[in-house]
Amino acid sequence: MIIRRNFEEQLSELQEDLIRLGRFVQEAHGKAMDALVRQDLALAKQVIVDDDFADDITFGIMARTTQLLALQQPMARDLRFVAASLKIVTDLERIGDHASDIGKVTRSLAGQSYAKPPVDLPQLSSMACKMVGDALHSFVQHDIKLAVQVARDDDAVDDLCEEIQREMMDVMRSDSSRVEQATRLLLAARALERVADHATNIAEQVYYVETGELRPLAREEHNHALFASLGLEESDWKTHQRRSTDNGQNSP
Amino acid sequence: MNTSSISNLADKAMPEPSTRKAEAPSARNSTPQFNVAMAAAGEQNATPVIVEAEKVDLFYGTKQALKSVSIPFHQNTISALIGPSGCGKSTFLRCLNRMNDLIEGCRTEGEVTLSGENIYAKSVDTVMLRQRVGMVFQKPNPFPMAIWDNIAYGPRLRGIKNKAVLGEIVEESLRGAALWDEVKDDLKKSALGLSGGQQQRLCIARALATKPEVLLMDEPCSALDPISTLKIEELMRELRSAYTIVIVTHNMQQAARVSDTTAFFLLGELIERGASAKMFTDPSDKRTEDYITGRFG
Amino acid sequence: MATAPAPLPDSPSPVPPKYQPLASSSAHLRRRKLASTLFYLLCFSVTLLSFFLLAWIMSGIFKQGIPYLNQQFLTSFPSRFAEQAGIKSALYGSVYVLCVTAVFAIPVGIGAAIFLQEYAGDNRFARFVQVNIANLAGVPSIVYGILGLALFVRALGFERSVLSGGLTLGLLVLPIIIIATQEALRGVPNSLRHGSYALGASKWQTIRRQVLPIAMPGILTGIILSISRAMGETAPLIMMGALTYVAFVPRGLRDGFTTLPIQVFNWTSRPQVEFQAIAAAGIIVLMTVLLSLNALAIFLRYRSNSRL
Repeated sequence: MIIRRNFEEQLSELQEDLIRLGRFVQEAHGKAMDALVRQDLALAKQVIVDDDFADDITFGIMARTTQLLALQQPMARDLRFVAASLKIVTDLERIGDHASDIGKVTRSLAGQSYAKPPVDLPQLSSMACKMVGDALHSFVQHDIKLAVQVARDDDAVDDLCEEIQREMMDVMRSDSSRVEQATRLLLAARALERVADHATNIAEQVYYVETGELRPLAREEHNHALFASLGLEESDWKTHQRRSTDNGQNSP
Repeated sequence: MNTSSISNLADKAMPEPSTRKAEAPSARNSTPQFNVAMAAAGEQNATPVIVEAEKVDLFYGTKQALKSVSIPFHQNTISALIGPSGCGKSTFLRCLNRMNDLIEGCRTEGEVTLSGENIYAKSVDTVMLRQRVGMVFQKPNPFPMAIWDNIAYGPRLRGIKNKAVLGEIVEESLRGAALWDEVKDDLKKSALGLSGGQQQRLCIARALATKPEVLLMDEPCSALDPISTLKIEELMRELRSAYTIVIVTHNMQQAARVSDTTAFFLLGELIERGASAKMFTDPSDKRTEDYITGRFG
Repeated sequence: MATAPAPLPDSPSPVPPKYQPLASSSAHLRRRKLASTLFYLLCFSVTLLSFFLLAWIMSGIFKQGIPYLNQQFLTSFPSRFAEQAGIKSALYGSVYVLCVTAVFAIPVGIGAAIFLQEYAGDNRFARFVQVNIANLAGVPSIVYGILGLALFVRALGFERSVLSGGLTLGLLVLPIIIIATQEALRGVPNSLRHGSYALGASKWQTIRRQVLPIAMPGILTGIILSISRAMGETAPLIMMGALTYVAFVPRGLRDGFTTLPIQVFNWTSRPQVEFQAIAAAGIIVLMTVLLSLNALAIFLRYRSNSRL
């Protein structure tokens, strides 16, 4: 006899909903980027409208999670799972909002031709979405290593984002008529960078559920030992080392 | 947990551009089915009422223990009755199968209907009533006889003598109470040798053997350890598909875990009643909130 | 809840109370210990005294009676000659009388107890009956003898027969059986009654299938104890006119009879030393039967205790 089957079911229903919401916002990002590249206004509008649905689902999941806390009194791992779910659902909702933001960028650029066909932005979107997918995957598979990997992938996203920013600033400097366009595309890049940050947040929640430890995985300098224990190569994150010394965040 | 359906999330994250345009106008058709959305829809269609208390007043001598309590109980739901000691919740429960008749000087007014029939009508036989409305008590009370005889007790009272028929009922009831696997080799042994949790499940099986429609449970877990308690709660969730369950409990967490609706009693009055999800997250009455948050008094 | 605790900068830390060391002693404590020991010794010596008194009596009886205790003693009728005298008629008389007692008192007693305990409820009539039964249990047995004489021997015309004797003893033990049975019924947990009712059992079904089987060991114990009480009774039977010299085995309910204690009483009232000795032998037989009955009662009680 499985004890508390009802509770187990509710937990897995909650997890399913989170995964579905995650897939939904990922698809929204796919559509948003597709709409941006092909300047498909109808698709962009659909992404913006769909975000309301994601928001509704988010509220639904939050209410359900609160009920789960009140009715089932989860403990230990279950409690961490439910608490993390509350955080994860918020992150997913914000990721969805960013898809909507990109849709709005597409809408504002209607009828303008791009200075050059966007290549880096779709790549950035793809990277960020892969992080979201990996984070959720690690959530389902209880995969700490994958969660940590997600947090480290954030560096590549940050680097690419920075590259896009430099490129856009070059565009602005060379062609003043494209300042508006470049600014809006900067916002899109910025949104995708935020998506990657939310994916990192999710990964940190996964780490918390699995280990009981709230640990800022994004702060590499605190995590050398962890990375080593998981068998992750140092070379993967040395670019980040450089960046973090720049912004002076590494004081103990 | 179904992991295979989401294991290739990363692949699905970026669907082929060509497939997207076609479905663009009707986005809602492709939206996934969310459990939260289905749960919200599920709350709308309620099952029919099977037991309904209508303005029930109850007196012990001159002392009024229940004041005009009206509650409908829907089929295939678990309803919890909560409240502080002496609030009348157990008394109310015993109104539903007229166990209060056994208490001298106890007088009930108002109406309780079972499938539309007033159980307090003169023509109603309590023997018939109690076969349709079973009861499980606070302390496990197995009869000091074999497990088999305990379960067969109710059917035998109705005159079933055929051993084969009784044997089927015994097995079916024990399976229903999730006890069969634990006792199937010891059916001839005394029921008193079982653990407390097993004894209580035996009492549930014994009640199931009379094929009741409604199962009343008077603090069925208060004498049990936490694991046995959770087992009984899980059993209740399983029984819900075939029975209507009313449970009295001192344990608010238990009411929250197990029930669909909760009714809060205070000093013989029904203060508030509603879906447990609402009662325990957003009660309407201040007194309910004070009680469930532990600020009572 | 809203007010923060005020800071207490200069309040002195509370002085910890001084406790006596656990190993310390005082005059008062020693006095209390002494009183305790004295009371223990008193109780122990009183127990010892009663035990030795009993042993002394028993050893006297055994010394006197054992030489006469043989098969001939059990299978012979009473005789003028001590060597030939036996207790055959008394043994048969006792068994016959007790059979009548049992047949009369057990069903009536259990029935009355069930009515009082399960059906009568708590009204004035039930309380009145209850109090009187308790009083009857304390009435001297000689009074039952007078009642038996007036009712069975005279009014109903049963004469001084086995029937009259059995019914008289039956009346004597009836209150004991009723009270013991009530006690046993009260011992059946109410939770079992309610469990039975909740499964749709009627009152009679509940009593027959739950209450009586569970109470049975207690009821049996009560019955055995009351039968052994009846077995040892002498006075009411003599009062209603049981015979003292019987040289035959009763054939039916209307025949005269004697019983073991009457026989013993008869022999002890004789002057000859030999008869004192066979009286002792009779006492040994009587005590053996009584002690076996009591042992059976204890066994039943033990078994019922281990079952519930």
